[in-house]
Amino acid sequence: MFDNLSTKLQDIFGKLKSRGKLSEKDVDAAMREVRLALLEADVNYKVVKDFVSKVKERAIGGEVLDSLTPGQQVVKIVNEGLTELMGSTESKLSFAPRPPSIIMLVGLQGSGKTTTSAKLAYHLRSSGKRPFLVGADVYRPAAIDQLRTLAEENNISFYSDDPSTAPMTIVKDGIRAANQKGSDVIIVDTAGRLHIDDDMMLELEQIKKEVKPHQILLVVDAMTGQDAVNVAQSFRDRLDFDGVVMTKLDGDARGGAALSIKAVTGRPIKLVSVGEKMDSLEPFHPDRMASRILGMGDILTLIEKAQANIDEKQAREMEDKLRRADFTFEDFLDQMEQMQKMGPINQLIKMIPGMNKLPKDIAVSDQDLARIRAIIQSMTREERLTPNIINGSRRERIAKGSGTDTHQINQLLKQFAQTKKMLKQLGSMQGKGRMPKGSFPFMG
Amino acid sequence: MKWFRRQEKHDEAEELEAIEVGAAARVAEEAIDEAAEVEPDQLEEAEVESEEVFEEEDQETVSWFARLKKGLTKSRENIVGKISTLLTMHGKIDEELWDEMEAILIQADLGIHSTTRVIDSVRESVERERISDVEQVMGLLKKELTRILKTEAPQTLDHTSERRIYLIVGVNGTGKTTTIAKLARSFAKEKQSVLLGAADTFRAAAVEQLDIWAKRMGVDIVKHERGADPAAVVYDAIHAASARRIDVLLIDTAGRLHTYVNLMEELKKIKRIAEREKGDADLQTLLVIDATTGQNGIAQARLFHEALEVDGIVLTKLDGTAKGGIILAIHDELAIPIRYIGVGEGMDDLKDFSADEFIEALIGS
Repeated sequence: MFDNLSTKLQDIFGKLKSRGKLSEKDVDAAMREVRLALLEADVNYKVVKDFVSKVKERAIGGEVLDSLTPGQQVVKIVNEGLTELMGSTESKLSFAPRPPSIIMLVGLQGSGKTTTSAKLAYHLRSSGKRPFLVGADVYRPAAIDQLRTLAEENNISFYSDDPSTAPMTIVKDGIRAANQKGSDVIIVDTAGRLHIDDDMMLELEQIKKEVKPHQILLVVDAMTGQDAVNVAQSFRDRLDFDGVVMTKLDGDARGGAALSIKAVTGRPIKLVSVGEKMDSLEPFHPDRMASRILGMGDILTLIEKAQANIDEKQAREMEDKLRRADFTFEDFLDQMEQMQKMGPINQLIKMIPGMNKLPKDIAVSDQDLARIRAIIQSMTREERLTPNIINGSRRERIAKGSGTDTHQINQLLKQFAQTKKMLKQLGSMQGKGRMPKGSFPFMG
Repeated sequence: MKWFRRQEKHDEAEELEAIEVGAAARVAEEAIDEAAEVEPDQLEEAEVESEEVFEEEDQETVSWFARLKKGLTKSRENIVGKISTLLTMHGKIDEELWDEMEAILIQADLGIHSTTRVIDSVRESVERERISDVEQVMGLLKKELTRILKTEAPQTLDHTSERRIYLIVGVNGTGKTTTIAKLARSFAKEKQSVLLGAADTFRAAAVEQLDIWAKRMGVDIVKHERGADPAAVVYDAIHAASARRIDVLLIDTAGRLHTYVNLMEELKKIKRIAEREKGDADLQTLLVIDATTGQNGIAQARLFHEALEVDGIVLTKLDGTAKGGIILAIHDELAIPIRYIGVGEGMDDLKDFSADEFIEALIGS
């Protein structure tokens, strides 16, 4: 996500950074590009205007232009500005002092409320809560069945009724059922509706008045265009929602809506959905996201993912091997598997500083990894440990075994040699942090 | 009907008046399709037989064009209204004017590429013809917007066969299943036999959702269990349609983000199977795009098109507050014809796309 915006901003600031001195004109030119990049990313027009004038004001201030690294200073100001736009700190869900807490999800049709309800329940259960799902979307055919199925598959308590029942009745009965179960968080899925549909908005207002949810979350599709702020504003005016869940952030949406909603409604983004699986709902970190937009990487999230998924002992062994540079195909495979546990490779790469600048055509997909795995698994143990023995006939055998061709084997062998060389260099420049461009292991 | 009344409340009185007059004239002139408003909840309340639903049409006198126009009034105000205000306020032709005009078009979701093309073209005309009167800029702009939609206006697709298969694809949440229900209804109204293929085997209860629609429409459905191979559903559905000599087979697929390579491969496989098995039927792939989508709509259209050679686009949810812009952007960049547009929540609110009517509604006269 945010790929294009990120690339654009990096281009612009690459130019700025390469100069020692900046004039006001330089900043103006860069800010014009920033403005267009943000607009292209679907950031709301008014938000962009405001943002650009604020950043310009700060950037043209004497301390920046006279500093030794004016380009970097401008990047810093833009970064801070973006972070501020999205809310400066992580905004957590809040719960009622005395359980149960009621969380109601609202939004337009197709924004992903039902899936998000189930993901939210899953997310809360992982953090030790006892969630309960209430399906109150009586309008979309089988919406209740959908939530019921997701609840059953994930062992989450659930209540709903026949679609001919009034949503208000379902919600009230659901809360009663949840209380009997001793659940501490009740998640209410409501029907999608247009923000200008008076009757349907009134229905939500009445439910709000009656059951007094502790949190109302607006579910917003990350691919929404300029209209996102209008939608958010209408929902705020009528329901005074508490926060936003951004969905479908796993695509290539530039996500400008994310930047705009907080700025326009004052309501923070609390959670983001970044995949199709149940565990793909994550807290939203504005600072990390801003870094990501500017191509400064999101190393914090990467480290957290690594900590959660990688065996520490194995990691230390790996580190030793890297230092000694006796890195074999066995390790290669090992490391690959560890990485895959952390999530789709494309998303991981984007978190590494400098890595999102890679041209699109050398992106690594999970398919590429599967192919690499097949090739390595078609090697004998001896070949894996000492790849130089792989001659022509061995290559042909490996190609046959893995369903690839010798060209692909050659490519992998070459990559492996390069990776090994790179790791050697890395080992000798420990602590410098920044990886050389394009030298990520397994990079095609 | 309910939906219509509801919409009215939100519209400002003067706006409404202007449209009603226009609509009345148009109804008289062209007597465009008349539509029944069937609310999903009304259907839910009473198990309405499909024939009864069809009979309701006669009671409805508002043309869909009026509704489209009404729906688009807000975006008309976005583009034309705002620019008109800008021109009046600004009063002179200079850099700032072009910048502001650019911003307005972008805000209408036209996208930077199309916006730049429109502005450059208008600017060129202004300079060539040495225009200094701000008033004339408006005319040039309208002409340019019209040109984009007109020159690349969609052709009605020729059907090579009486029997048709529609493969409905799109990202999550654009309204594929609902679109299928609406298409099924419109074909059934034309007395064509319709079969639904439930190839969204991924999303929980997607099959049930389509099944409910099939029952309401009184049409048959081919379905497998959730988690089944969607290509197998397609295979079965095509063979069932062929054996029963069904006129129109509508195939629902799981929503997927265009960036998931494996999921797009799955769709390619589905299409390959459909091509191979279709026999004498005519296969068309329709991409469903949500009108509230921003510039990502172009990426969606591009990637789905690259993978599947999309024959047409269905633009849904044009009854919200964001609309118009993305159509121009998609047209401008990809020239994929827009086949249908969804202008409301009622079952008859899916209409054939007509560039002329759309421009008329969008830009006004």
